[in-house]
Amino acid sequence: MKFFKSLTTGQRTIALSLGFMLVLSIVRLFTNADDITSSGTISSTLRVATPILLAGLAGVWAERVGIVNIGIEGMMIIGTWFGGYGAWKWGSWAGIALAIVAGSLIGLLHALATVRFNVNHVVSGIAINILAAGTTEYLSIIFFKGQKGGGESQSPAGKGGYGEFDMPFLSGGRIGSWRSPDILGWIEQKHDLPLIPDLAGLLRGLVSDIYIPTIVAISLVPLTAFILWRTRFGLRVRSSGESPQAGESLGVPINRLRYQAMAISGGLAAFGGAYLSCVFTSTYRQGQTGGQGYIGLATTIFGNWTPFGVFRGSILFGFPSALKFRDEKNVPALLLVIAVILIALGIVSAMKNKQMLTMGLFIGAAVSAATYFLVDEVPQEFVAATPYIVTILVLAGAQQQLRPPAHAGIAYRAGENH
Amino acid sequence: MKSQRLQRMAVTSASSLLAVFVALCICAVVLLITGKDPIEAYRTLFGAAGDTKVLQGSLNRATPLMISAAAVAIGFKMNLFNIGVEGQMRVALLATAVAGAAVDLPAPLHILFCFVVAMATGAIWAGFAGWLKVKRGVNEVISTIMLNFVALSLVAWAFDSFFRAESTTGSVLVKTKELPTSAWFPDIVDRRLSGMFFIAVLVLILFYVLVWKTKFGFQLRASGANPGASRATGVNPKRMVMISMLLSGALAGLVGMRALLGDVHAYQNNLAEQQGFNGIAVALLGRNHPLGIFISALLFGYLGEASGRLQLIDIPKEITTIMTGIIVLAVVIINEAVKRWDDRRIQHKAAVALETAVVAA
Repeated sequence: MKFFKSLTTGQRTIALSLGFMLVLSIVRLFTNADDITSSGTISSTLRVATPILLAGLAGVWAERVGIVNIGIEGMMIIGTWFGGYGAWKWGSWAGIALAIVAGSLIGLLHALATVRFNVNHVVSGIAINILAAGTTEYLSIIFFKGQKGGGESQSPAGKGGYGEFDMPFLSGGRIGSWRSPDILGWIEQKHDLPLIPDLAGLLRGLVSDIYIPTIVAISLVPLTAFILWRTRFGLRVRSSGESPQAGESLGVPINRLRYQAMAISGGLAAFGGAYLSCVFTSTYRQGQTGGQGYIGLATTIFGNWTPFGVFRGSILFGFPSALKFRDEKNVPALLLVIAVILIALGIVSAMKNKQMLTMGLFIGAAVSAATYFLVDEVPQEFVAATPYIVTILVLAGAQQQLRPPAHAGIAYRAGENH
Repeated sequence: MKSQRLQRMAVTSASSLLAVFVALCICAVVLLITGKDPIEAYRTLFGAAGDTKVLQGSLNRATPLMISAAAVAIGFKMNLFNIGVEGQMRVALLATAVAGAAVDLPAPLHILFCFVVAMATGAIWAGFAGWLKVKRGVNEVISTIMLNFVALSLVAWAFDSFFRAESTTGSVLVKTKELPTSAWFPDIVDRRLSGMFFIAVLVLILFYVLVWKTKFGFQLRASGANPGASRATGVNPKRMVMISMLLSGALAGLVGMRALLGDVHAYQNNLAEQQGFNGIAVALLGRNHPLGIFISALLFGYLGEASGRLQLIDIPKEITTIMTGIIVLAVVIINEAVKRWDDRRIQHKAAVALETAVVAA
């Protein structure tokens, strides 16, 4: 445990994912559900997780500056619409750019309401969600209805894709016109070995069939971490979320920072939305976000308000959906994965002498394993509800470990609270 | 005292009216930008008020809104934000549809039985959030949002796996087993206005009595306004949180009853959808007061009913959703501004009084 605590968040992410891969590998050998670590599953996990990741980062930026952002879903909806519109008119990159601009403006609106007018953050967020839904539905009828391929609740197909990226040698990418050997793909097929094909699958998944916007989104994780924890701007942003009075007394322009951070938050959420309407698919559809903004909010909490934590959360929440997406039959194997993880957590909590928690975890593991042997398939609804249930459990069980920004969501008026 | 209260009420009503007016103005700009004629739009939208059918439909739509707004408002009175009315309503809908179809009772008792089941299941679902807040310190905004989605999935799964009934009428829409006629809530105007309207009005009256005329209501408002002071007078804040969450959930359970007992008589997907959520806007515009809620529910009910007319003149009816969003934002902004203006006015008054006192001395 001491060793684990001595690691940085980045190293911890790597250590945890290796541990997770080991569990997956054991379960794969046991159940023959080969797809749970295939490169295809990994790359589609990345695709499913990207919008959640972006929404989660939007939550991090907002809450770190001290503003609770329930409006992430609305900002994502705005992103899907403007992404779809831009992609239809000028191409997919323009769609993403337009979405980010529109999302930033909505973020600024949220900041205006909460900072300038001191409105309750939750109320303003709800208003933004209603406004976003209404506005996009209204605009769709005005702009998309009657267009070729478009309709009342759908945009015409967007122009141009992004091109998928394959790494030469590792996953059979091309160099010029020569197709390099697919080394990882070859290792991945050696299903009888433990761990090695799984790691090959993971690596191959990370370097094959990757859209460039996905790479951009993932690189925003270390970038956010760097800005928030290694720059003066980031320190000031965090001071605004932890103790704006203290920040202000040192001359930090709290209000301006809140506008800036909310513009970033809105832009990120809208990027997530545009990812759905320009990258994941090529059209805007009404209701496309399907609550992913709220899953993003959940990952913000699950990830303990840190970018790497959000990354872990989005992968974890995206993984079951991606697996479902590829082959229904593999989902039950996840129950065993959960069982193994719960046992591991149980052992850790037993070492800490937390009897109740330990017992709960072991019972959970037993139930999970028993369910695996009793059912043939896991209903879609359970997969959909997992992120929310996990978040409730984390909030209920691990509050001690959570460190939300101390001043998030509390009314603050610059110059008055002294 | 009396005149001060009247003055305050006048200010409150004026600020809500101003919020609606601001929303109308902003929507007019939106209409203009998108090439529509706002004057024609509003003439159509509000011209429909002369039509009895539209008015009946508005009252019908206002019915669930009044109840869900009361559910939200009872939380607000205690500084609790129950965003989970939608989920609580959904759980209660399925439970009531299933339990109601399983028993056989004479008419008034059957309806009463359905109400009890709905209120109990709604309260249980809200109770989770209450428990999480009281025992584990989980913020109710987050927990109710999460529980909404859990409810959505859970109900969809339970409905799909256990409670689908074979259609007898050849209808494509999948439903649960139909409720016996003894559980049907009678209409005031056949197929247009459900008798549930009276229940909703009754809920608002009871809400008023409970919150403003009982000891419990006083404690509720006190611990909402000043938790520290009310704890000092012996009010247990955790108990108040739990009770108001349970009450809020019980009301949330009733929200879907107009659709279930008064209209469809069985559970189906999308039944009463959004009605729990829309109560938040109604409660905010109505300033958590029963009379305000009543009027705002009528307004939103009317907007929902009359918006269909807009499509006849080629204007998307979704402009009323935009209007709702702007109203919510405008009403809280204006409240805040009015409050500061009021504070300054009182400060000024006190300063003047002090000055005259000093001069006189």
